[in-house]
Amino acid sequence: MLSRVASSIFWLNRYIERAENYARFIEVNLNLSLDLPRGTTEQWEPLVATTGDHEAFLARYGKATKETVIQFLATDAANPSSILSCLAAARENARSVREVISTDMWEQVNRFHLQVREAVSRGLSTQNLHVFLTDVKANSHLFLGITDATMSHGEGWHFARLGRLLERADKTSRILDVKYFMLLPTVAEVGTPFDIIQWSALLKSASALEMYYKRFGRIAPDDVSTFLILDATFPRAIRYCLIKSENSLHAISGSEHGSYRNQAEKQLGRLRAQLDFGDHEDYVADGLHEFLDRFQGKLNGVGEVIFETFFAPRPIHNTIPASESQ
Amino acid sequence: MKFSQYDPGQFYDELYEGTGQPRPGSKLLLRKFASLPEGELKKRQQAAERVILNMGMTFGVYGSNDGHEQIFPFDIVPRIVEPPDWTHIESGLRQRLRALNLFIDDVYHEQKILKDGVIPSELIYSSKGFLNACWGLKPPRGIWCHIAGIDLVRIGDGRYYVLEDNMRCPSGVAYVLEARQVMKRTFPELFDAYRVRPVDDYPSHLQDTLRYLSDLPDPTVVMLTPGMFNSAYYEHSLLAQKMGVELVEANDLAVIDGYVHMRTTKGSQRVDVIYRRINDNYLDPLAFRPDSTLGVPGLMDVYQKGRVALVNAPGTGVADDKAIYAYVPKIINYYLAEEPILPNVQTYLCSERQDRAYVLEHLDQLVVKATNEAGGYGMLIGPQSSKQERDEYATRIEADPRNYIAQPTLALSRVPTLVDDHLEGRHVDLRPYVLYGREIYVLPGGMTRVALRKGSLVVNSSQGGGNKDTWVLS
Repeated sequence: MLSRVASSIFWLNRYIERAENYARFIEVNLNLSLDLPRGTTEQWEPLVATTGDHEAFLARYGKATKETVIQFLATDAANPSSILSCLAAARENARSVREVISTDMWEQVNRFHLQVREAVSRGLSTQNLHVFLTDVKANSHLFLGITDATMSHGEGWHFARLGRLLERADKTSRILDVKYFMLLPTVAEVGTPFDIIQWSALLKSASALEMYYKRFGRIAPDDVSTFLILDATFPRAIRYCLIKSENSLHAISGSEHGSYRNQAEKQLGRLRAQLDFGDHEDYVADGLHEFLDRFQGKLNGVGEVIFETFFAPRPIHNTIPASESQ
Repeated sequence: MKFSQYDPGQFYDELYEGTGQPRPGSKLLLRKFASLPEGELKKRQQAAERVILNMGMTFGVYGSNDGHEQIFPFDIVPRIVEPPDWTHIESGLRQRLRALNLFIDDVYHEQKILKDGVIPSELIYSSKGFLNACWGLKPPRGIWCHIAGIDLVRIGDGRYYVLEDNMRCPSGVAYVLEARQVMKRTFPELFDAYRVRPVDDYPSHLQDTLRYLSDLPDPTVVMLTPGMFNSAYYEHSLLAQKMGVELVEANDLAVIDGYVHMRTTKGSQRVDVIYRRINDNYLDPLAFRPDSTLGVPGLMDVYQKGRVALVNAPGTGVADDKAIYAYVPKIINYYLAEEPILPNVQTYLCSERQDRAYVLEHLDQLVVKATNEAGGYGMLIGPQSSKQERDEYATRIEADPRNYIAQPTLALSRVPTLVDDHLEGRHVDLRPYVLYGREIYVLPGGMTRVALRKGSLVVNSSQGGGNKDTWVLS
């Protein structure tokens, strides 16, 4: 497979997954703020903080309100990670590898992009916001399903899964982090029904509520973290994402499990092993937020070595068209 | 809508032979249209446009600054070509491609045709498509132009004429394939009733043509594109996809140990045949334009050693130079000792003193074209031009007469086209696609381009033209 093509498939899937997770971000905050006790103000700034784009946001908007934050995360074409920008980038990547992906995949990306663009031009309101977010998630799931059902599960598919799951691992860690930034009215509220409601809203945003109940039965903060970080079978849990990502890396390079042929396999293998043998002590000791922060840094490192290993750096030429137009 | 009142006017109409009188092959279609409830045609046109939007069928327009891409304009009323007409077209195209290939080969070797005085030598040497790097070149299987798109027009007398030969990188065939998909979704019932010859197997014929050029049992074929910012990128990716070959950009290729390789996630892999959609001059910065970032350094050297096949071969531009076009009937006669089956349109060469004088006198009646331009650029349509434009062209012609030709303004045939909720005649041309591999294959169909603006004669998509599906009946 061409390095350029592998890179585009990887990013196509990362962008789609990112768009889906940004919809989840907004959703978790909407859910949390709806449940706030009377007299407390909605908190939107924490949401921006969790995305890691705090500075860019402040420079552009100054003040975090519901409107500005949703605009920044969903419809702002100047924010490269907004849902709109992700879809535009996903479509461009898909367009550059049309001959490798199936027509059904291409048409879904194209339709998805058109729908988001149309929704944005109509404008998002409190009334249609929920529908919009649900559509974004559903469209992303549809793309994933079409990919699984119409693309050979070979090298290209593995790059697709790698991109998607690395992105998801990062975003699940950030969804979990929203709770850290979301201040409770008082410290005394920890463990109160209100605290429990927030944790379950968070699980809901990760589509994890039902699966969590099946494993733990009742909401407890440590158990929620354990589930979203360490579960090996729930598809949005970080450990699951790393296990499958590592499988894809091995499928791509043909090396055995427990060994490595390149830096990407080595670093991802280490990170996955930490979770394999980890428990909630790991993040209770230093604090969940610190744990997640370190994890995100290491995951970024994995992304960098994947780039160096498989996608040779190459400029994109946007020069004078030189082909015949006969 | 009253189909019985459709008036073909003074033009040759492809579907009607007289007011409200369909031609034999169109009866079924027009009867079907007439049976549809009021407003249904318009609904289907909108449905077709929706399909096109969702399929992401786009083309790029140079010079437009917003994002390049535009949705492909399409009209749902097909052009119908009846079997005898098609047989005639097909034999004419085969003849033309055979003769032009012999001509190119001769031009780069013995130049018998120049020595015999059939074509003036200076016309060849002054052609921008003539490449010194091709002297003595022996392309694989002796074929230079493997893929041609030859533009035909039909005028008032009902005969087909060749308007232009496109022998470099003719584009548009993807739209033929996609237009058919759209029509099948729009009028499934008509495909049951009609026997329309399929076009869907074009990519497999194309692949046979490409593979034929290598001696290897399983050659690696790639398609080389300038990239997604190119106006025909949609087509490049579609053809690569339908042939199952890699779509590469120049940066994906490199010459290693005397062969062309592509860079993959598992190291480099040898490439044997390249269907390139990059202009000759940009192919190899070592052989041609040194500033090209779209080319592969050393590619021409590998090609000259016979270690990779390029499709089309470099240097074919000499055969579609619009001044040399005027000599194609003589070329056919010279190499094949046959009369041309498809005639040329009368052409005035501005490089000839008498012709030039006539052209300058009659600019308001003629169509002037730059000899090396395509896509409707560099063109003056006399009857629709302003005095200022004509003066400008007169100056240009006098400054560089070799670069211009002129032709009478042709009364192009028309096809009924949906305008709001009724049909109006709009002018069309036809570009069939011809492949030259083991044998010559003509795709039964082609791109029917339609000038969507009332009265307009310019069919190029870059200039307000659209497309129609072309139904060759069997």
